[in-house]
Amino acid sequence: MAMIAAEVEPTYLDNEHTIASWLLTKDHKRIAMMFLVSITVFFFIGGFAATLIRLHLATPEGLLQPSLYNRMFTMHGVIMVWFFLIPSIPTTLGNFLVPMMIGAHDLAFPRINLASWYVFNLSGLVLLYALIMGGVDTGWTFYTPYSTVYSNGYVFAAALAVFVNGFSSIMTALNFVVTIHRLRAPGMTWARLPLFIWGIYAVSVVMLLATPVLAMDTMLLGVERFIGVGMFDPRRGGDPILWQHMFWFYSHPAVYIMILPGMGLVSELIACYARRPIFGYAGMTIAMMAIAILSFFVWAHHMFVAGISVYSAIVFSLTTFFVAVPSAIKVFNWTVSLHKGAIIFDAPMLYALGFVLLFTIGGVTGLMLATLGVDVATHATYFVVAHFHYIMVGATVSAFFGGVHFWWPKMTGRLYPEMWARFAAILTFIGFNVTFFPQFILGNLGMPRRYYTYPPEWQSWNLLSSAGASILAVAYLLPLFYLGWSLVYGKRAGPNPWRATGLEWLTPSPPPKDNFERTPVVTVGPYAYDPETDQYVTQDGVSHA
Amino acid sequence: MPSATLRPETQYATLAQQGEVAQLGMWVFLATETLFFGALIFTYYLYRLSYPEAIAEAAKDAVLWCGSVNIGLLLTSSLTMVLAINAAAQGRRSAATGWLLMTIGLGLCFLGVKGYEYVADYSDHVVPAVNFALKPGESPVSELFWVYYFVATGLHAIHVTTGLGLLIYILWRLRRGRISAAYYAPIEVVGLYWSFVDTVWIFLYPTIYLAGRT
Repeated sequence: MAMIAAEVEPTYLDNEHTIASWLLTKDHKRIAMMFLVSITVFFFIGGFAATLIRLHLATPEGLLQPSLYNRMFTMHGVIMVWFFLIPSIPTTLGNFLVPMMIGAHDLAFPRINLASWYVFNLSGLVLLYALIMGGVDTGWTFYTPYSTVYSNGYVFAAALAVFVNGFSSIMTALNFVVTIHRLRAPGMTWARLPLFIWGIYAVSVVMLLATPVLAMDTMLLGVERFIGVGMFDPRRGGDPILWQHMFWFYSHPAVYIMILPGMGLVSELIACYARRPIFGYAGMTIAMMAIAILSFFVWAHHMFVAGISVYSAIVFSLTTFFVAVPSAIKVFNWTVSLHKGAIIFDAPMLYALGFVLLFTIGGVTGLMLATLGVDVATHATYFVVAHFHYIMVGATVSAFFGGVHFWWPKMTGRLYPEMWARFAAILTFIGFNVTFFPQFILGNLGMPRRYYTYPPEWQSWNLLSSAGASILAVAYLLPLFYLGWSLVYGKRAGPNPWRATGLEWLTPSPPPKDNFERTPVVTVGPYAYDPETDQYVTQDGVSHA
Repeated sequence: MPSATLRPETQYATLAQQGEVAQLGMWVFLATETLFFGALIFTYYLYRLSYPEAIAEAAKDAVLWCGSVNIGLLLTSSLTMVLAINAAAQGRRSAATGWLLMTIGLGLCFLGVKGYEYVADYSDHVVPAVNFALKPGESPVSELFWVYYFVATGLHAIHVTTGLGLLIYILWRLRRGRISAAYYAPIEVVGLYWSFVDTVWIFLYPTIYLAGRT
């Protein structure tokens, strides 16, 4: 037994076994798994808060004290945005796959990558400190002057956590940009990059340019909170609205930070499970870069009723409509990619199709909100809540789960149980729609967000939403069990269980520490699938039947 | 043979590639730094446009000679920095050491002058929340100026200090023979950072010390 093991190159998981070999690793694959553990923990903390919120809103009388309710939705927002959604796909699947997909042996700066994980956890600890000490009641947006002058929560600690968290984002994004520019294998031209890499590239650019503005914003907030004098202080001529400008200059792009990697990821899944090349590859890359660039010119659409001038409101409404163009290109291209494909409805594909549907609903309601007159009526109602959950949770989390399932065999060497996974994927889709579609109706009826109670006649929709949330909770918990089960009892996967074309599938599952024995040479584009003959060509140019 | 110990890390094919990647990494980092300081300077311009007279009045209390001496010190240190890079690239180790030491010395002088200036500011009662008093005829807006002043110069001083740490690390590497004509990317990367710190002061100096003075 020992002799056989000595001949096979050890995988990245079992080349070393000490705790220090994990905590001090420079291997991007191990760091990806460590991030997966960290963000899973935060996902369930944030989900716990969401559960309490929905339980509370099941009846008009509620369950929690108003002040506790405020703390719960703040905790839910802060954790889900900065500690789950933004890092979710880049730090886990991105970390694991970027070097493998482009044929590199590691990221450009492995130590910075490891540091990013430590900084992330440090910021998480600061946030947990703020929550345990008594929480924050400002909402995840920390609007001034409430957050600086009136709130008696742990605003300073929470803002510090967000500030420190930004360093982690920047370190990861910097690593990706440099790696994608400089460490591609021979023949891996920009036009042959898998769309997931394009998604990660676009999101990294946004992270690099938006995060520092939030860092400055939270720093000024911290200064004002800490010493009692600051840039947003109206008593000294400061402008509280300035906080909102700088906040949304980051936080609107942040929404695209959440969705762009999902867009790239879903393209991989759709091509593989429809056994067809992605329709309009060039259009897809241009659309992602266009979304990344446009993301910087739409921030004030969050502020239509905050007292900005009607002229700037018109301009920001217009730029927001522009975002619909590349977004629609993507949805059309995914749909056309399915046409005449040999579609396999495996779990990752179900998640991918869920992504496209939920993203479309979220996107179309986004257009409604970009319309000035509609936004004035629906601003800060559940219509907005439902809209952004369709994009940020419906779409992004579906993509994340689809990606985790798709690359699970590569990461762990084991196959997950397909029937359970399909069941969870369908349950996610149903649970999500039952939870959030009623919120569109509630918003349309005029129910404001963040209120801890509501008139009794709205109870049936709220109850339906809460019932959906319990379905969603089951759907999100299920993978934890069967994926955990598969680690021990799952079937051995083999190098390429899905007959996919990317370079990552050329390696054994799980891959060895340095990924590739020899650096691969790329000769073809990323999606050489043929639905008629069922042949496919991996990116090293080898044809498979 | 110092350079014989230098090998590229596993993810790079050659040392040249490793050096080039390190430089690109620093450029990308400086892009984020630009947005970081840019956001702060933007808030300042916003208030400067809203309250031109009040802020010009407050800014007159900034110690002009300190800021002016400091821009001279930093600009000179950028010169000595590139001379150090040049010497390292040509393998002249003792010359590179000398220029690096001069750069570190100029950086320390900058921090010294800055520290002196902070003490002067304190005795002038312009430190918000700690020791602040409005002078006759000044509006409360002037406190906003001083918040900006301390945040901006404080952040800049942190960057200078970080730069000095990096320079000392580079000096150590140079003395250990781990920077040579064959591989001098680390000193170039630190040089890029140092020039950025210098450039930030080029923006802070006129906004704080010059604008509005007659």
